[in-house]
Amino acid sequence: MNLQQPFARSLVTVRTWPFFIDMGVALCALAAFFVVVSTGVYWLGRPVPVVPISNSIGALPLYAFYSIVRMTIAYLLSLAFAITYGYLAAYNPRIEPWMVAALDILQSIPVLSFLPPVVLAMVALIPGHQLGIELGVILLIFTGQVWNLAFSFYTSLKTIPREMIEASRIYRYSAWQRFWQLEMPYAAIGLVWNSIVSVAGGWFALIACEMGPIGTHYFIQLPGLGSYLQTSSAAGDIRAMVAGFAAIILIVVATDQLIWRPLIAWSDKFKFEQVESADRVKSPVLELLRKSKLFSTLPGHVAHRIEEPIYHRLAQTRECRVVRPLDAGPSGKNSITLWVLAAALAIAVIWAAVQALFMLSTITWPDLRLLFEGAAATFLRVNAALLISAAWTIPVGVAIGFNPKIARVVQPLAQVMASIPATAFFPILLIGLVSIGGGLGIGSIALMLLGTQWYILFNVIAGAMSIPSDLREVATLYRFTRWQRWTRLILPGIFPYLITGMVTASGGAWNASVFAEYSHLKDRTLETIGLGAQIDAATESGRFPMLLLATIMISLMVITMNRLVWRRLYRLAETRFKLEG
Amino acid sequence: MQEAVLSNQDQAAVPAAEAIIRAERIEKYYAQPSENRIQVISATDLSIVPGEILALLGPSGSGKSTMLRMLTGLSTPSAGRVYWHEKPITEAEINVSIVFQSFALFPWLTVLENVEAPLQARGVPPEERRERSMKMLDTVGLDGFEGAFPKELSGGMRQRVGFARALVVEPEVLFMDEPFSALDVLTAENLRSELLELWAKKTMPTKAVFIVTHNIEEAVLLADRIIVLGRNPGHIRTDFRVQLPQPRDRKSEGFTQLVDYIYKVLTRPDVAPAEIPGQTGGPRTRDQRQMRYQMLPHVRPGGVAGLLELLLDKGGRDDIYRLADDLAFEIDDLLPIVDAAQLLGFLKVEEGDAAITASGTEFANSEILRQKELFREAVVENVLLLRQIRRAIESKSDHTAPDEFFLDMLDEQFSEEESQRQLETAIAWGRYAELFDFDAGRRRFVLPDAQEEEIAAGEDAE
Repeated sequence: MNLQQPFARSLVTVRTWPFFIDMGVALCALAAFFVVVSTGVYWLGRPVPVVPISNSIGALPLYAFYSIVRMTIAYLLSLAFAITYGYLAAYNPRIEPWMVAALDILQSIPVLSFLPPVVLAMVALIPGHQLGIELGVILLIFTGQVWNLAFSFYTSLKTIPREMIEASRIYRYSAWQRFWQLEMPYAAIGLVWNSIVSVAGGWFALIACEMGPIGTHYFIQLPGLGSYLQTSSAAGDIRAMVAGFAAIILIVVATDQLIWRPLIAWSDKFKFEQVESADRVKSPVLELLRKSKLFSTLPGHVAHRIEEPIYHRLAQTRECRVVRPLDAGPSGKNSITLWVLAAALAIAVIWAAVQALFMLSTITWPDLRLLFEGAAATFLRVNAALLISAAWTIPVGVAIGFNPKIARVVQPLAQVMASIPATAFFPILLIGLVSIGGGLGIGSIALMLLGTQWYILFNVIAGAMSIPSDLREVATLYRFTRWQRWTRLILPGIFPYLITGMVTASGGAWNASVFAEYSHLKDRTLETIGLGAQIDAATESGRFPMLLLATIMISLMVITMNRLVWRRLYRLAETRFKLEG
Repeated sequence: MQEAVLSNQDQAAVPAAEAIIRAERIEKYYAQPSENRIQVISATDLSIVPGEILALLGPSGSGKSTMLRMLTGLSTPSAGRVYWHEKPITEAEINVSIVFQSFALFPWLTVLENVEAPLQARGVPPEERRERSMKMLDTVGLDGFEGAFPKELSGGMRQRVGFARALVVEPEVLFMDEPFSALDVLTAENLRSELLELWAKKTMPTKAVFIVTHNIEEAVLLADRIIVLGRNPGHIRTDFRVQLPQPRDRKSEGFTQLVDYIYKVLTRPDVAPAEIPGQTGGPRTRDQRQMRYQMLPHVRPGGVAGLLELLLDKGGRDDIYRLADDLAFEIDDLLPIVDAAQLLGFLKVEEGDAAITASGTEFANSEILRQKELFREAVVENVLLLRQIRRAIESKSDHTAPDEFFLDMLDEQFSEEESQRQLETAIAWGRYAELFDFDAGRRRFVLPDAQEEEIAAGEDAE
């Protein structure tokens, strides 16, 4: 199976942009936070009907259905938004650097930390109704999924070969035709692979959201798989818990077999290659669909019916009659309204950002100390989780990768494992830890491990498989010592893959930290020192300034790590450790 | 005899009204942060008239492809205008096609869908679309392949699809951008003759063909009119009609003489065959022939050594055209090597002949270590950039220098991309000459290890 598709999160951008753009984006984020929180605070205390969650197995299908519906809506929304965003960024040189910088920052912010204010704001907008919470959760999953999809689509648009674009121009394609015959097909593979990662991340967040009571005053629970697991673990109902896990695993495997694999196999035709490659993903489901007469001809006919009138009409437009130059710079028409609008927007953003900063002034020195301690603890925990994952996955992954027979079995398995939301296991993990007397400190590392190690594992396997056999033969022929084999051949060989896996894993681990460091079990509150715990505790007590500052700190840490460590390592991997051909 | 072949040298006197596409003093330049600008093409007049195959010939860097894109409306000239039947090209409904070097087929569409796509853009109804496409596929000899995907086809077949797609819209002018250069020799030859056949039989409704190529023989074989471009910046060196009757025989005297003539024009960039159009106002443009850095040809030192050895075997002097023929090289492959050898003083170009110099002879006769020494001497003497790099690292206390420093200076003179390539070539030459080494991780020039020690020892002794 070909796993060499780059995931967008790993596509740490090579381009750099001026510092003021970063600052501008950060200001916008602050302003957005302020708006969200003030909507939330305004309506604070409105009662929300609490839906009692049943833990009978009979209720499980319905809960699973709810979760799937939330997931689907969030995913479709992200896809639509990602395509629009990528399109705007790629074709508007003036706002392009802003949009790319925003992407870069937004995709590294752990979304779970936004759960409380976002849900509160949505509840406030639609008061007295479950719909508010529903929308809040969907919006949150959406924010978690959308950025890497948008990034993938944007990079695809930017890498379309020049002559292909020229061909579409000289043959006077309409924007519609260009989208369906050039841009979408070219971006399809990246979108499919990033969708897999996005949806896996989405499940992780969804289960967490459904479980998460937000504050004691405004307890929120949504009917879904997460709340089902939460309730049954609280009640100590083992049968119900097993059934809940089974349902989640079933959903993940079914998604993999019924949606992703057919999609990957189908998207193979969009591969931009000169010769047909030998190894292709096979999907029995797709084969079946292709053999079915109805499914192989019907979509074509329907599309034909819809398309023809559109093409016919578009052909009359000016766009399809005149060849438009590719290098037509930004037109000099700078209307005054545009400038006024931009200025007004800037002023509003600055005002809201300043308000948000004013909020911070209520924070005391002890609070600040607590936050810094928490930041250090979480930082150490995330990196410990990464190191532990790397320590066991590298030897195991290499051993598996060097044995193609095993690799063929284990690799897809690891991929499915990576898609199972680790948050589902959290309640049972906690019970186990409490019963053996362990604390949440270990528990949160365990949760991060559960969520992240699989990404590293399947990337290492792919890396080991990509090391050419002649290089391995050279190592054998010249009797490399074990040390030499690892330092001269294996580690450099898997380096780019390892980095790709680690970048994805670190994003996941940060996200998990918010969830993992603070938890309710029955009537006890378990917590450990950490930024995530601070975020949750601040939500619980309604201290938004603390929440804001903790979120800022966690985002700053992630962005700094990305820029100082991962981006450099990634560049190194791209230049020095790339196995050509 | 040249008169016979090259009658009508100054043929540009075609009445303007007849032209399908007419370019009026078009230029292309890129603005630099400083007040300089990089001129890619200097003001040029050009027209495409019905009934001719026009070949645009030139070395790499002469802006052939840029010219094609300006004439098709894909690229806007920095100055000057392009007219389609005397209407500005940005407003006219032009009907042209391009056959691309990389074929530019859509790999996810079948052969038939690829050919149908341009008709779809024009709103042709499905039945008619299919009929016309199938007919065109039949014409180019792809009957029965309509259901295949491009990646299942050979290069030659793929370019046939490219031709079918280009011709199916019945373009008034068919543009081709190095259409055969990605193909093997035999396939290219085959496609060329089929194209001529289509043209001669008027099977295609096309009124004019415009082909960009760097292959001299290809131009002489196909074209009714040849325009030779020079570089730095791109300009028309000569524009003439080819009076040889079709089908043309590569072995005929007229043919080889014409090829030889074009070689002469191309290898003597210093002799201006025609007056170069002056600049029109605007920001100051540096005359690139008087600039500080020479344009380093992008070749490996080994290539220079190989050429000199071959030349020595031939008695120290040979016709460049024959050399290329012997090596089965195309002009774009051989000319840079000749340029490099000439820059280093290893050979001289006279009347289309390459003649080895004394230092060149010594170089060719030496073994590898001595060759490196001679190369080093020649480089230090003749190449400013390498001299500067060496001096910079010698004079600094840590004996290193960042590449950015030199890139900045090169940027004043070349486009960003070209600066990068210049530097890469300089690195390759400098490494071979053991003038310096380059640490790719730190992006710095450093002294080679052995010399580092020597110098360190010398400093200690003082």
